[in-house]
Amino acid sequence: MRLKSLLPLLIFLGLAAVLWVGLGLKPREVPTVMIGRAVPEFDLPPLDGRTQGLASAALRVPGVKIVNVFASWCVPCRVEHPQLSALKNLPGIALYGINYKDNVADARAFLDGLGDPFAAIGYDRSGRVSIDWGVYGVPETYVVDGDGKIVYRHVGPISDDDLKTKFTPLIERLREGA
Amino acid sequence: MALSPARARKRRRLGVVIIAAAILGIAVALVLFALRDTVVFFFGPSEVISRLDDPKLRLQERRFRMGGLVEEGSVRRLEDGKTTEFRITDGPGAFTVRYTGLLPDLFREGQGVVAEGRLDDKGRFIADEVLAKHDENYMPKEVADALKKTGHWQGESEAKP
Amino acid sequence: MTAEIGHLALALALALAILGALLPQLGAARRDPALIAAAVPLTIGQFVLVLIAFLALTWAYVVSDFSLAVVASNSHTEKPMLYKLSGVWGNHEGSLLLWALILTFFAALVALLGRNLPARFRARVLAVESMIAVGFLLFLLLTSNPFERLSPPAVEGMGLNPLLQDPGLAFHPPFLYLGYVGFSVAFAFAIAALQEGRVDAAWARWVRPWTLVAWVFLTIGIALGSWWAYYELGWGGFWFWDPVENASFMPWLVGTALLHSAIVVEKRDSLKSWTVLLAIIAFSFSLLGTFLVRSGVLTSVHAFATDPARGVFILGFLALVVGGSLTLYAMRAETLTAGGLFEPISREGALVLNNVVLATAAATVLLGTLYPLLLDVFTGAKGTVGPPYFHAVFIPLMTPLFVALGLAPFLNWKRADLKTALSRLWIAAVTALIAVTVVAYLTWGGPVLALLGVAVGAWMIGAALTDLASRLRQGGRWMRLPRAQWGMSAAHIGVGVLVLGITGATAWNRESLEVMRVGDSLSVGPYTVRLENVAPVAGPNYTAVRGVMVVSEKGRAVMTLYPESRTYATPPMTTTEAAIRPTAVGDIYAVIGEETKGGWAVRLYLKPLQYWIWIGAGLMALGGVLSLSDRRYRIGAPARRKGAAHAA
Repeated sequence: MRLKSLLPLLIFLGLAAVLWVGLGLKPREVPTVMIGRAVPEFDLPPLDGRTQGLASAALRVPGVKIVNVFASWCVPCRVEHPQLSALKNLPGIALYGINYKDNVADARAFLDGLGDPFAAIGYDRSGRVSIDWGVYGVPETYVVDGDGKIVYRHVGPISDDDLKTKFTPLIERLREGA
Repeated sequence: MALSPARARKRRRLGVVIIAAAILGIAVALVLFALRDTVVFFFGPSEVISRLDDPKLRLQERRFRMGGLVEEGSVRRLEDGKTTEFRITDGPGAFTVRYTGLLPDLFREGQGVVAEGRLDDKGRFIADEVLAKHDENYMPKEVADALKKTGHWQGESEAKP
Repeated sequence: MTAEIGHLALALALALAILGALLPQLGAARRDPALIAAAVPLTIGQFVLVLIAFLALTWAYVVSDFSLAVVASNSHTEKPMLYKLSGVWGNHEGSLLLWALILTFFAALVALLGRNLPARFRARVLAVESMIAVGFLLFLLLTSNPFERLSPPAVEGMGLNPLLQDPGLAFHPPFLYLGYVGFSVAFAFAIAALQEGRVDAAWARWVRPWTLVAWVFLTIGIALGSWWAYYELGWGGFWFWDPVENASFMPWLVGTALLHSAIVVEKRDSLKSWTVLLAIIAFSFSLLGTFLVRSGVLTSVHAFATDPARGVFILGFLALVVGGSLTLYAMRAETLTAGGLFEPISREGALVLNNVVLATAAATVLLGTLYPLLLDVFTGAKGTVGPPYFHAVFIPLMTPLFVALGLAPFLNWKRADLKTALSRLWIAAVTALIAVTVVAYLTWGGPVLALLGVAVGAWMIGAALTDLASRLRQGGRWMRLPRAQWGMSAAHIGVGVLVLGITGATAWNRESLEVMRVGDSLSVGPYTVRLENVAPVAGPNYTAVRGVMVVSEKGRAVMTLYPESRTYATPPMTTTEAAIRPTAVGDIYAVIGEETKGGWAVRLYLKPLQYWIWIGAGLMALGGVLSLSDRRYRIGAPARRKGAAHAA
């Protein structure tokens, strides 16, 4: 076996090693300037046929609040739905929704079909309020502390793992601090 | 000039090997040369500010990308109607950017952008490409790639922590 | 129920593929005829089962079965039937299923058409194909099951994405896959040849047509993708050097090299171990391309569709297939004896130049594509290399290749005289010179590099035509030429036309951006464009503003353009519909953007010779098809030729 014949294999092994390391590189979180800031001022109407909308006042009351931005046309929102239902059931939590650029009938069908985990939903038809929150896409989930400040932002669907390793410890910490 | 068959064989092979090696050598030189001048680095505004005078980086002389959020209230159209000036911020630092052209549909205050261009002699960043960050998760990969090309930049691999 | 049948068929296909990868190899090692013979039915069985699975998935799209997760995510009841069908492969899971279908289809073709191959050799080829099938079927079943149910089922699908409803986008992936997977046949032949320790002219006559099939599909696929990007994305660009494009370009470059080196093996019994290596690399690049696109290593890692498990799986598979075959190569390459000798100046020498340049080019594309990753891994810095890198490397690398492309057909095998060859090419040289002079006069002050493009483009066309003419008319008589000769000429002329097109569209591209009010005029090149009107239009699922622009040349109206900017409601998204019209000079390309300051942002391009790019690519593909139709290279031809000899 001469070096000449071995060379392609050696080059490939080097390449494979780089790709392996590349796979392990952590995707960087989306930068946001909202962490540590008070929730933006807004007052969203309810989805038609419901009574309660969502306004910033509801997020300033004591306790841990979670705001989930969703849309019926978004498949990952469907995927994270069981995790949202689990979040809702954690003690001392208020879960709110912002319905992003949706049409009312679709959004209602979505909630009727999967169940509605939200205490109240604001209907953000134009997406303006979501932009104030710094939303890039759906789904995104924000955790708001007792002072009405945004403490955590989760981009993309919440997995079971995220629920255990990110949300639950954070919420417990916030409740102990309060 | 009569060569033995073995030597003739060697000589012929040598000729081919020399040509191949020459091409490879030229290619390696080209690649190294091209890489030195064409790498487009990615920085956040605060990093740009802190490394402005880094002699190894020569920021003044090279194209680079700057990414962050469009600062609230910083966007203004200049008189010619097609040049926009705005500031990109990443929290600790902010940098003024000028761009002439059609901004992507998703360009908004408070939203993520990546601008590519150079510094001018007044220390402003003159962008010739602005990509708005866009990450609606419902998208299949193929569409995401297409959007990336149209200027609706999507993806984390270039964003700073 | 159909979905469960499809799922079951996939699982059974996997079982057959595992048997098909093991039994024939065992049979070949033990010289057991029964096990060797098992290869054929096992291969055909895989194809039938994967076809059943594919049809089951297609059916789910046709009837809009939203209990399947992929259908719910990618289809919609209101989608036109054509796009429901193309939706089958318009996503990760479905595209892998299509890949598996093509793979098993090609393997079945080898099984059926390969009766004239030595039985042991065929068994090994089919075993390698089955082994690749094992990888893809496992990948499908473990990480990307297209038959996964959604519970509860969705009421309506979410895939009404307007960008996806486009023929260019819908139909270029199948062509690309046909190309990628086509290289698996050459790969399987290479592995079997290494195992058997034999590469000869007959081997090359088998490998060439398969490589040609793959190459033709890949050429068409890349051209279609480029064309789609050109008219749909609204930037006037046709090639962005982005990872997805590079992933298809790298196997194309290596495949082109393989096509040419196989000629040397066939005619001169030389370059054997190199050709085997190229066959391995061509398919390795196809797999690497899949890895880069599907693993998210280079683009968004964050997107919902990318699952880290998938990246790990493909990388593992890649390491197994490529690492394994390169190890085999390292162990066995020495057994392939070197054949015919040749001087550096000879037909073989020119083909070696072709191979070295194309392989080097593929390596530079790979380096440019992986550069962001290398930079991140080794320095932690973020950066990319864009078109400037690729231009700086490609132009000097390709120029000698293009010069040699004109020259090579005039060189004799084994040893050639450069002077004689050049003396027959004086017409081509003069053509190139005249072309450069005329163009230099017409575009005085334009980029000098463009003149180089014109020179090599005209040289290649001139030389290919001279070659064709000299072969057609020999000794005062008209000759009948084999189709392969026509094919080569067409493909080489195509390269010349393509180079001229790329030169024109990039070097003399005119572009202007203005905010235009109704009634304003803007000129681009020799044309003046007047914005006559902007009016809202309602489409079936979008609203749009449509500009009406009258293009005039020297005061005379020549055409009207209607660019649109469309806004879709669900999912919310804006797309531009560029208005593109070819003229004698090139394409006029208009885009209308957002309303601003009482006017409309309008972008106009004049892209000289743009459509020559599509014509050039078309000629190259046509050349491949012509060569394939040559009776000597038809797939399975050796058998038929024997039959024909008997008949005669």
